Amino acid sequence: MSSEPVKPQARLKAGELLALALQRWASFRQQLAQWLQPDNLQQLRPQVKFQAGVLAGFALLAAILLGVADLATRGVIELRLREDLQANLAQVVPAELHDNDLLQDSVMLDARDNNLGSEQIEVYLAKQAGIVNAVCFKFVAPDGYAGPITLVMGVDRNGEILGVRVISHVETPGLGDKIEVTKSKWVLGFNGKSLDNLTVEQWAVKKDGGVFDQFSGATITPRKVVQAIKRGLDFYKLHQAELLAAG
Amino acid sequence: MNLSILFSAQYRKIARDGLWDNNVVLTQNLALCPLLAVTGTATNGLGMGLATMVVMVASNAAVSVSRHLIPSEIRIPIFVLLIAALVTLVDIFLNAWMHELHKVLGLFIPLIVTNCVILGRAEAFASKQPVMPSMWDGLMMGVGFTGAMVVLGAMREISSTGTLFANASVLLGESFRFLETVLIPEYKGFLLMALPPGGFIMLGFMVALKRLLDRRIAVKPAPLVEAAVEVVDEDAVAVE
Repeated sequence: MSSEPVKPQARLKAGELLALALQRWASFRQQLAQWLQPDNLQQLRPQVKFQAGVLAGFALLAAILLGVADLATRGVIELRLREDLQANLAQVVPAELHDNDLLQDSVMLDARDNNLGSEQIEVYLAKQAGIVNAVCFKFVAPDGYAGPITLVMGVDRNGEILGVRVISHVETPGLGDKIEVTKSKWVLGFNGKSLDNLTVEQWAVKKDGGVFDQFSGATITPRKVVQAIKRGLDFYKLHQAELLAAG
Repeated sequence: MNLSILFSAQYRKIARDGLWDNNVVLTQNLALCPLLAVTGTATNGLGMGLATMVVMVASNAAVSVSRHLIPSEIRIPIFVLLIAALVTLVDIFLNAWMHELHKVLGLFIPLIVTNCVILGRAEAFASKQPVMPSMWDGLMMGVGFTGAMVVLGAMREISSTGTLFANASVLLGESFRFLETVLIPEYKGFLLMALPPGGFIMLGFMVALKRLLDRRIAVKPAPLVEAAVEVVDEDAVAVE
């Protein structure tokens, strides 16, 4: 029974505290409003202290905004990129060739000597009833005209290309961007090609004596893509036995 | 909100400045970096113009809200900070929630930071004016910029590849596929126009044409000026 007299007293105290806090807040708002009056600010603006403070304040504000936005969107963006990768893999490996989830079934391989933009490449295995039917992997042509070109390629058991897609690039809009499948059918020309049905000399753009078209006004972009795809096939050949045995 | 304010003398002057009299590209000759970089096709011009417009409205609003806080000695770093932060925010949000659009525009968005017009409007207008007129100014300058980009992109695209609004469906969605037209079938292509020099040449023609039109307006008797401006504005729309 001793707790009853304490309760109203505590409530009273909490109420007082709240009233005090509100009062403080009101006076603070009033002060802030006064401080923000154009006349007052005009007086403050020439002071170096004020200028340093304002600059720091804006930098802090920008940093907080960007930090919060990054935290809020990082997961979503990762998810979107994963969806993109999944969609890209699905474009280069037909669904009827596998019954597993490609993103869950992969091996990391060393690619330090292949000039494919990274030291290790994750190779996704397309398996049907446990047997590897095809593989696909993401790699980079590090020497594109304006910057790196990221590609994804599907290769079947025998080393024939099932499909190639460009995931990202910074090539000239209107010229070099014809490597995207949405802009041109050029990249479909690699389907069915392999190291066996084309000679080393044929793995080049027509200007260099090969079989692949270049674009008018952009030779470097398709040349580098062709060379990177050739290197990608070399990389596959190097690990072919190991990959096919992974099933 | 009372929309009739948009027809007041001040707002009409802002609109006329942005769309014609003080057009970013045709009169101020600013923003040439993104202009020449992306106007290879009308679609790219449109995408870049719209993205720039959004950033310009936001940056003008931000600068105008804080205009009493910003000392003139350090205004440039603060404007640059605000604009860079806004562009990055637009980039992040587009990437997360409008991913398809980001894949198309992603190339251009970082270029907006280099667009001196945004800094120019912050400096010349938003730092001295209340929020509403500043946002209206950003919008109108953005529309004028977009218009010039689309016209220049269309002229370059027609002369370089013989098409108009190629890949519009990638940028605007499938329902805009009707915009994609082939004006000159079997066209061999004129590469110069797709390259930056072609952009300079076409821009020269556009600026010259605008000056000619302005001169014709100027020699008309004074009472007709108001009407003449209206007519010319319609011409500009017709060209687009």
